[in-house]
Amino acid sequence: MAIFINETTRIIVQGFTGKIGTFHAQDMINYGSNVVGGVTPGKGGQRHLDRPVFNTVKEAVELAGAEASIIFVPPAFAADSIMEAADAGIKYCVAITDGIPTQDMMTVKSYLRRFPIEKRMILTGPNCAGTISPERSMLGIMPGHIYMRGNVGVVGRSGTLGYEAADQMKRLGIGISTSVGIGGDPINGSSHRDIFEQFEQDNETKVILMIGEIGGPQEVDAGIFAKANMKKPVVAYIAGLTAPEGRRMGHAGAIISSAGESAAEKVAMLRDLGVTISPTPAAMGETVAKVLAGL
Amino acid sequence: MDIHEYQAKELLSGYGVKIAEGGLAYSPEDAVQRAREIGGNVWVVKAQIHSGARGKAGGIKICKTHDEVEAGAEALLGKKLVTHQTGAAGKVCNRLYIEAGTDIAKELYFCFLVDRISERIVMVGSKEGGMEIEELAETNPDAITKIYIEPAVGLQDFQAREMAFALDLDASLISHAVKTFKGCYRALRDLDANMLEINPLVITKSDELIALDAKMGFDENALFRRQKIAELRDKTQEDPRETAAADRGLSYVGLDGDIGCMINGAGLAMATMDMIKLAGGEPANFLDVGGGASAERTEKAFRLVLADANVKAMLVNIFAGINRCDWIAEGVVQAVRKIDMKVPLIVRLSGTNVEEGRRIIAESGLPIITAETLAEAAEKAVAARNQVVANQGA
Repeated sequence: MAIFINETTRIIVQGFTGKIGTFHAQDMINYGSNVVGGVTPGKGGQRHLDRPVFNTVKEAVELAGAEASIIFVPPAFAADSIMEAADAGIKYCVAITDGIPTQDMMTVKSYLRRFPIEKRMILTGPNCAGTISPERSMLGIMPGHIYMRGNVGVVGRSGTLGYEAADQMKRLGIGISTSVGIGGDPINGSSHRDIFEQFEQDNETKVILMIGEIGGPQEVDAGIFAKANMKKPVVAYIAGLTAPEGRRMGHAGAIISSAGESAAEKVAMLRDLGVTISPTPAAMGETVAKVLAGL
Repeated sequence: MDIHEYQAKELLSGYGVKIAEGGLAYSPEDAVQRAREIGGNVWVVKAQIHSGARGKAGGIKICKTHDEVEAGAEALLGKKLVTHQTGAAGKVCNRLYIEAGTDIAKELYFCFLVDRISERIVMVGSKEGGMEIEELAETNPDAITKIYIEPAVGLQDFQAREMAFALDLDASLISHAVKTFKGCYRALRDLDANMLEINPLVITKSDELIALDAKMGFDENALFRRQKIAELRDKTQEDPRETAAADRGLSYVGLDGDIGCMINGAGLAMATMDMIKLAGGEPANFLDVGGGASAERTEKAFRLVLADANVKAMLVNIFAGINRCDWIAEGVVQAVRKIDMKVPLIVRLSGTNVEEGRRIIAESGLPIITAETLAEAAEKAVAARNQVVANQGA
């Protein structure tokens, strides 16, 4: 089944006609994603990449049956685009944009919470590489060819470290059900734990790999959830053993600002919660292989 | 982005927060002049550096005469202050804030923070002022009051009152406290700050509520719409290498090791540094070159890494998604040819167009050590570094 997206999911691109939107929309189409059009306010009625352009997300939902959206809108306008998608009835949205102000994301999250849960759009990102259900649909900017279809659900903050994990697994003949990038920002659409809930329900996913990093409480929160509510085994790697306290390591959210946020502390807590730890970033594939072999 | 105490006080004062009278000084003469203007018979000479715990580092001097003000200013200007927040390198003090002495009856703690769990702004207060909140959270967590603010409606009067009562303020001070807390909240929201701390917030002997210290941190992602805040940046308080990197659109953090790194993606960069450490080495830096790494960008990144005299080997680890390995390889080859590289270079490429990238490196004829996997790359980098150290010793 995979989670969030498959070959039939009807996708639109917000920021469709811009340079970045065009490049990645073409890449997603080439991969086989069902891109049904895009939104660029003021360019409605035109065609782009042989697909219709709409002025609003509402039109894209009404006229093209859009279900999922990907956002390439610049940081200053991205929060507005996310809320537009939620209001129009988009079910799943990936925000790629890096650099959205934190207070804008607080507004977005508060806006999303106004919808009853069954009508609430699921958001992943911002500042992420997107989501891929290998060999079916790609809603992101990752190199699709390194992903193989299989039984491991992957969730991580980092794009390239996610590629590294996919590559290690592929070399060992291990595939992925869906890989979800939740992004490197302090306030993001979905947490590790939110994605765990989805994977636990998905019959294709047998094992979950969480790729975390320093900063924030999300990895441990997900571990606590897994221990209490999940039957599927979880493997984790936490990046940033060498990161000094109080310094931001690239990602806006990657900063150790309080107790329990360093890599060593997170690893210790996750281990106590029954999560299998990949001791090094080079051992993510092997560690998943061992856990799969034990099922 | 951090700003100085005097800048934060100036901003907050515009939002109705009461501060003691004070002025900025760049020289001992300035300092005395400020003291004369302020009047009275007690002044505080405060080092303006981007760090808390300045008092413990000798950065705050209480003076009873103009001579003492002059001597205090003399002692602080140009001096590097080392606190547990600055690290061993310390931060240089180029500006002083001269403030009227305050008759303190009681010290309180007050701040606003972005809470990542509730995804809201949280107002935090404690009767135990002057201590660091982290310390207080460990020793006496019950003494901390937290009030969460719904972003759509903002801080309400009843919440501000709740905090004022939790701080045991006298009934006569409640309305002033509400004004102060709401002023701080508006400053935080209007200016896109992600942290605002008043420690201590004091009650004076004449029953006034005064921000004796003030610290604000701003969301760098929001500076594009806060030009006035962006102008408050003080580059002398930053690591010059990090400033140079940021000005070139690269994300760099200087560290104490000797293996230089250039990696794409923050997560992969942290993971590669972990791998170096696990292989027995220490990274000299964190450097994320980001997507779309052009030849120019690659060269800039190389120069930045190699500007650190401690670097004894350099590791490049690229997992190309949007990037292509052949572009990166060409950039690396060009950079190595242009820069006179004196340390061994280890390159690991993976992802889009990897064969083409490896071919370009191999055919360049340059003494570049290549690796296929992350583990191999880290091991080879540590081995090369050890060889350099052994040769230097011999």
